[in-house]
Amino acid sequence: MKIFVLLVVLLTGGLLLAGMEEMPGWGDPSSPPSMHVSPRYIEKTMEETATPNMVTSVLADYRGYDTLGETTVIFAAGVACLLLLRKDDP
Amino acid sequence: MIVQYENVIIKTISRILIPFIQIYALYVIMHGHYSPGGGFQGGVILGASFILLVMAFGAEASQKRISLKKLTVLASLGLLIYSGIGLVALLWGGNYLDYGNLPLPLATVPEIRAMGILGIEIGVGIGVMAIMISIFLAITSFETGGENA
Repeated sequence: MKIFVLLVVLLTGGLLLAGMEEMPGWGDPSSPPSMHVSPRYIEKTMEETATPNMVTSVLADYRGYDTLGETTVIFAAGVACLLLLRKDDP
Repeated sequence: MIVQYENVIIKTISRILIPFIQIYALYVIMHGHYSPGGGFQGGVILGASFILLVMAFGAEASQKRISLKKLTVLASLGLLIYSGIGLVALLWGGNYLDYGNLPLPLATVPEIRAMGILGIEIGVGIGVMAIMISIFLAITSFETGGENA
């Protein structure tokens, strides 16, 4: 069983490493995100959100659903922690 | 349960440090538009200041300021502010979380969007702070052994 698990892990890792060959290079200006999404944010952030910090505007405005999900995950983690560990008396 | 630990140095230093930590945390939350920072980071710093309070003065002594019941309300309130702002934008004719439609008396749409971002950062900050402290309190109040205190 352990050997089987090891094989699965090695196979998955090998596939991931092989797939990395197809990834665009680090900071490649001709990769798809650099061609479309990034210039859109860089050019329009100030005139659309009046927020100089682009990270904040992407995080909270353009990717608002993502941040809502993150906050929900943190909330769920806290509630689970409280349910498991809290003493019963108030 | 963390009990009060009689050490005058720790108590004095925390008494001096905690207000500055909290001011800095509020600065990090409010200044997220112009510098690195925002709700998550500021909320964690704010939570750390209260954790320092509990560590220095004990959970019993700080019960008046922070208790698990209040923290549960605060954590829910943080998430409620976030989703509530999204819902207000929805009710005023935009998409969910589309801050441009918030009913704020500001001149231009980008300014309204900036205020919407600030609002959700505050919500995230409150939520993260409350969750950090409540996880800390829950873990430290957990006792092994048969007492089940």
